[in-house]
Amino acid sequence: MAKRVAIVGTGQTFHKSHRPDVNGQELINEAVQRALIDANLKMKDISAILIGNMDHFEGINYVDCWSVDGSGGVMKPVIKITTGGTTGASLAIGGYHMVASGMFEKVLIIGWEKNSESDTTGAITTAFDPIWDRQVFAGAISGLAAEAQGYMARFGACDRDAARVSVRDRKHATNNPHAQLRKEVTLEEVLASPMLADPIHLLDVCPRTDGACAVIMANEDVAGKICSVPDWIWATAARHSYTYLGDGDWGRLTSMEKCAKEIWKKTGIKEPRKEIDVIEMYQPYSFAGLIWIEDMGIVGHGEAPQYIWDGNTDMGGELPVNPSGGVIACNPIGATGLIRCAEAAMQVMGKADARQVPDVNFAVSTGFGGCMWTDMLLHGKRKPN
Amino acid sequence: MESGDASQPFAYAVGMHGSKFFAETRDNKRFMGVKCPKCGKVYIPPRGVCGSCFVEMNDWVEVGPKGVIGTFTILRFAFIDPETGHQKPVPYGYGFIKLDGADTLLQHYIDLEDESKVKIGARVEPVFAQERKGNTRDVEYFRVID
Ligand SMILES: [Zn+2]
Repeated sequence: MAKRVAIVGTGQTFHKSHRPDVNGQELINEAVQRALIDANLKMKDISAILIGNMDHFEGINYVDCWSVDGSGGVMKPVIKITTGGTTGASLAIGGYHMVASGMFEKVLIIGWEKNSESDTTGAITTAFDPIWDRQVFAGAISGLAAEAQGYMARFGACDRDAARVSVRDRKHATNNPHAQLRKEVTLEEVLASPMLADPIHLLDVCPRTDGACAVIMANEDVAGKICSVPDWIWATAARHSYTYLGDGDWGRLTSMEKCAKEIWKKTGIKEPRKEIDVIEMYQPYSFAGLIWIEDMGIVGHGEAPQYIWDGNTDMGGELPVNPSGGVIACNPIGATGLIRCAEAAMQVMGKADARQVPDVNFAVSTGFGGCMWTDMLLHGKRKPN
Repeated sequence: MESGDASQPFAYAVGMHGSKFFAETRDNKRFMGVKCPKCGKVYIPPRGVCGSCFVEMNDWVEVGPKGVIGTFTILRFAFIDPETGHQKPVPYGYGFIKLDGADTLLQHYIDLEDESKVKIGARVEPVFAQERKGNTRDVEYFRVID
């Protein structure tokens, strides 16, 4: 018997580029304890656990196995999900399915990463085809740069437009105590920072972070009792687009287009720009802040730069994007997608403190990764029909 | 924690379609793609199944060897090449080449002799290795032709 599902609690760790003060289990536990406190629940109340990270990053595989002390998984059903960059969002969607199925009442979802213990670029490179992709591939930045070049050639945007996105997110991050980087930058500083891969500058991209996030989902029978304003999950979508990088339609994110269309259709949203109040986007670099709101259908192709220059996605604008500062300010990869989900939930629940957008009825969170994959969730204040 | 010098042998089957591609490049300096019988898309690298149509593909089509840059970047940051364990020599041109007659893009190095010529839509040709061994390095790089 299918159930409606809500987020009833969230927890995030203290994020830093290097957390030698804790091992993986202890880092996970930090987020779990905070989520339990937020939901006012005990570990004995939890029916099942979903955990994930970018599996081969830390060089310790099978996190579901070795982390049970910290995750609270002793003698509980524990399942691992690992889908690269989308891991955190895939975890959220997986948890939603477990609760929605009616099989589990309360599910604890954990995403985490200690990027300081990995060679991130090397690890990402080995996630791609050893023959056709790896010879020239240079981790996430090379693929993202190819996307940015394609977008600029097709729609005429420039690196200054992208820098505006970085300035926005870095400013938003100053409101978020959980962000790793909390320093404002200017347009000139972004454009003067070292070129990593044309057209991406150092200050256009996300950092490497150690951190974890936990989210508790509950079904409609108990969600209202646990929490006065639960964050209801209205719909989820996931799309994987292709196998080889060269198959891509470079300059647009087709998986994002498909996910957004599916979500708007499922929930009857006609004008996302007006009906959505806030977006927490898994946006690993500034150009994505232009390209992907077009693919999401917020504005038309080629219209994002002007929409962003006009301040519409800033705090106080028509549709704030990344009030948390987003991925550019904090990126523990296996947690990153789940942080987007937790931040969207906090916006709906009214728990986002200094980064709160007023009167949030609908929020969107996304995950990105792999061969330009997208995961997406729609969060709402009202219980879905 | 320490580890000494180690070799990590790695076997990976490229498949019948990939093997044919490499044999043709090695022996005849030509690129072979495969065409989907349903949607007509010509795939590089060649593979056995069209993912969109979910049908088997066996119609071989010669593509290239010339083409245009579909998209690209120039890698400038230092990173360790996981294939060798050594720092990759940067900068290097990373091209997604649309070979004439193909619908998907082949990834390869682009020569950076004149960076200003490396742009989307620029016409390129492959530079083949003297001694070809049946792998991706049988093409040393693509270079922009005026
Ligand atoms: Zn086909």
